[in-house]
Amino acid sequence: MIRILSTFVILWAGAAQAEVQIKTPTSPGGIAAWVVEEPSIPFTALEIMFSGGAALDPRDKRGAAYLMTGLLEEGSGDMDAQAFAAAQEALAASFGFDVYDDTVTISVRFLTENRAESLALLKTVLTQPRFDPEAIERVRTQVLSILASDAQDPDSVAGATWSQLAFGQHAYGTPREGTAASVAALTREDIIAAHQRLFTRDSLSVSAVGDISAAELGPMLDDLLGQLPAGEGLKTAAVEFATEGGLTVVDMPTPQSVALFGHVGIDRDHPDFFAAFVLNTILGGRGVESRLSAEVREKRGLTYGVSTFLVGKEEANMLMGQVASANDRIGEAIAVIRDEWTKMARDGVTQAELNDAQTYLTGAYPLRFDGNAKIANILVGMQRQGLSTDYINTRNDKINAVTLGEINRVAAELLQPEALHFIVVGQPKGLNEE
Amino acid sequence: MLIRIFAVLGLCLPMQAQAQAKVSNFMLDNGMQVVVVEDHRAPVVVHMVWYKVGAADEAPGKSGIAHFLEHLMFKKTKNLASGELSDTVAANGGSDNAFTNQDYTAYYQRVAADRLELMMSMESDRMTGLQLSVDDIATERDVVIEERNQRTESSPGALFNEQKQAAMYMNHAYGVPVIGWMHELKKLNFEDAVAFYKLHYAPNNAILVVAGDVTPEQVKILAEQYYGVIPANPAVQSRARTQEPPHRSARRMTYHDERVAQPYVSRSYLAPERDSGYQTTAAALVYLAEILGGSGATSVLGKELQFDTQQAIYTSAYYGGTALDNTTFGLIAVPVPGVSLQQVEDAMDAAIAKFMATGINLETFERIKMQMRASEIYAMDNVEGIANRYGAALTQGLTIADVQEWPRILQEVTPDEVMVAARLVFDQKASVTGWLMGPQEELK
Repeated sequence: MIRILSTFVILWAGAAQAEVQIKTPTSPGGIAAWVVEEPSIPFTALEIMFSGGAALDPRDKRGAAYLMTGLLEEGSGDMDAQAFAAAQEALAASFGFDVYDDTVTISVRFLTENRAESLALLKTVLTQPRFDPEAIERVRTQVLSILASDAQDPDSVAGATWSQLAFGQHAYGTPREGTAASVAALTREDIIAAHQRLFTRDSLSVSAVGDISAAELGPMLDDLLGQLPAGEGLKTAAVEFATEGGLTVVDMPTPQSVALFGHVGIDRDHPDFFAAFVLNTILGGRGVESRLSAEVREKRGLTYGVSTFLVGKEEANMLMGQVASANDRIGEAIAVIRDEWTKMARDGVTQAELNDAQTYLTGAYPLRFDGNAKIANILVGMQRQGLSTDYINTRNDKINAVTLGEINRVAAELLQPEALHFIVVGQPKGLNEE
Repeated sequence: MLIRIFAVLGLCLPMQAQAQAKVSNFMLDNGMQVVVVEDHRAPVVVHMVWYKVGAADEAPGKSGIAHFLEHLMFKKTKNLASGELSDTVAANGGSDNAFTNQDYTAYYQRVAADRLELMMSMESDRMTGLQLSVDDIATERDVVIEERNQRTESSPGALFNEQKQAAMYMNHAYGVPVIGWMHELKKLNFEDAVAFYKLHYAPNNAILVVAGDVTPEQVKILAEQYYGVIPANPAVQSRARTQEPPHRSARRMTYHDERVAQPYVSRSYLAPERDSGYQTTAAALVYLAEILGGSGATSVLGKELQFDTQQAIYTSAYYGGTALDNTTFGLIAVPVPGVSLQQVEDAMDAAIAKFMATGINLETFERIKMQMRASEIYAMDNVEGIANRYGAALTQGLTIADVQEWPRILQEVTPDEVMVAARLVFDQKASVTGWLMGPQEELK
């Protein structure tokens, strides 16, 4: 059987190609979009992404973008919150609004039979939001409840502590939800300002996948987005990643400690990015097959999950990881992770590990494209990153081009054991804060 | 709208409307049922084996063994080294995992469509070829203990739900958590795992679901080659579980935890599940949950408690209709600061009483019906989700016909049937009311 399997693996030569035909129409009004016409199911997934997110909150208005986003389905045009919800439910359309540090996204889904009415309803959110005082107070109370719960949640506390340590006074250094004090102080004017700041023509990326043609989409986008303000090209402020190596313990009464760790990462546009991407896959990016998982989980049973990931923000890049272990075992888990970090920086990876990771990554890539909503999401992200539609066909070549010499040079440069900082939330035993 | 926080309440809304995807099925000679769901949009396939055994089939004192065995299924087999199955899936660009619930244990891989045979060769191998060693036990048990630490011990909401579920079921194993009680989990051993495996893992106790860019003809040839050759195990028994006696006394509980920042009230009622050949009451309960707590702005609880009296930050009603045995119907109310749990519970009860007296708003009813119909269309975008519905249904007492009838039954539910179902399910004597609260001293 093992021999039979090897035969299968050898047969696995070229990875399957993602089969998506992307059209790139520009609307009569000048809005560029990427479209995949997929008429087999009578609905469309529409993704709209605006560059510029919660990090554009003015310093004393932290949480404005988050609260504003939470209010978008709470009334617009001549509808209050309940009338808006009733209209949306009657159409069975869904609008998902999310705000991140550097972007705001709208994930829309509508039936072909309700296409025009659904987009007309969404347009009221973008052009005529009400921000009724009663709705503001209702959603503000919800946000304050979330903040209170986050303060008791080990994962949230670890994340907030990390951000504060890494970015200090920069917007990245505080939660995008704001603080209890900043949220309490937000006014209706602050919320209106956030809406005007974020929903602008100059920061827009759009993709549509489903039962819609490129020709139909253009006029619809003009109607939906044409009235947005041009925008002033606002950008997230530059910031220095400020953390040094070490350990920070936050005391919380919980039987299992949560640890978040990392150091500076690598830019998406850096020539070594793909080598770093493959390296992270081998280190901790690939679930139970990664080195860290083998050492911490499979061999020692110290955790249910350990992973690492590259974080790419507009103004900062990090290589980070997370692990959770019982309070009396987290110390050992951290020691193993530090050790593996050191080993990989010093000795690099093997040719076999590189080959395995390349086969995995190139094989997994086309599997991402198996649903309208998934494809729309990928396409809008590609536009924001400035990639061309051809990237889908060349991305695997970039993965396969990474050589052993290159990845091991990058391992030595990127992995910095002495710079690795751990945040531990819980009541760890036998860990000494530095 | 801001529902992120409430994910910790452990609710997953069972919107069960089904897409009418192209589905075929057949039976292998050894009794293994096969379901094929076709979706040719992308060259991807999901390969799943569902076993008709879950946590509720464990022997007393052995809680957690079904899930522990699920972890051990990735160890050495007759033909594969420990971890080799997942390594091979990954080396082929795929992903794999497994999950256990009260009624089933399932294993799946998601790969390029031309890798299907490789998946079948490996999955069929571990159906009866697992070769556990005593050395596997201690390390993997530590992993599962850490999983319980992570999912349950670290979450006051999860601990509260566990206690509440235990109070709900007086005699049925649904009262025991899937991951197992810690004191029993720590004692699970090699013999327990092997015995459970030998008793339950066999083709005549399993369902193969293949979904994606495949044809039934391709699947049939491969399934006969890999699964069809495994002999049926005559020792496999149909599931006979201890059932609930009549519930004669409403139960109340409070759980204090210093990590709770946001207290809330959670009430559940014992409720009928979808039964093969009779799903009407279950369909009516799906509507009832939507009407009472589906939308924060337009549902009965949302309107009354979040908008009119503004006593709650969040309200919800939920019903998980797919289960082998009696399930639950639940209500949740999270008070605004300054409103006590007693006040918000009273307001919730008053809103329900008013609803029972005045009945259903017909516009609301029609909107929900429309959403059920739409959800069938949206569901077709996710073939894996459709595969899951078949796997879950067939391991929880339903048939393929039941699954395919369900969308029509949902469209035919009447407001009268919803009210009849509401009167059936809102029986105080069959309820548990729980208060999740912060540390006790703060209440004085």
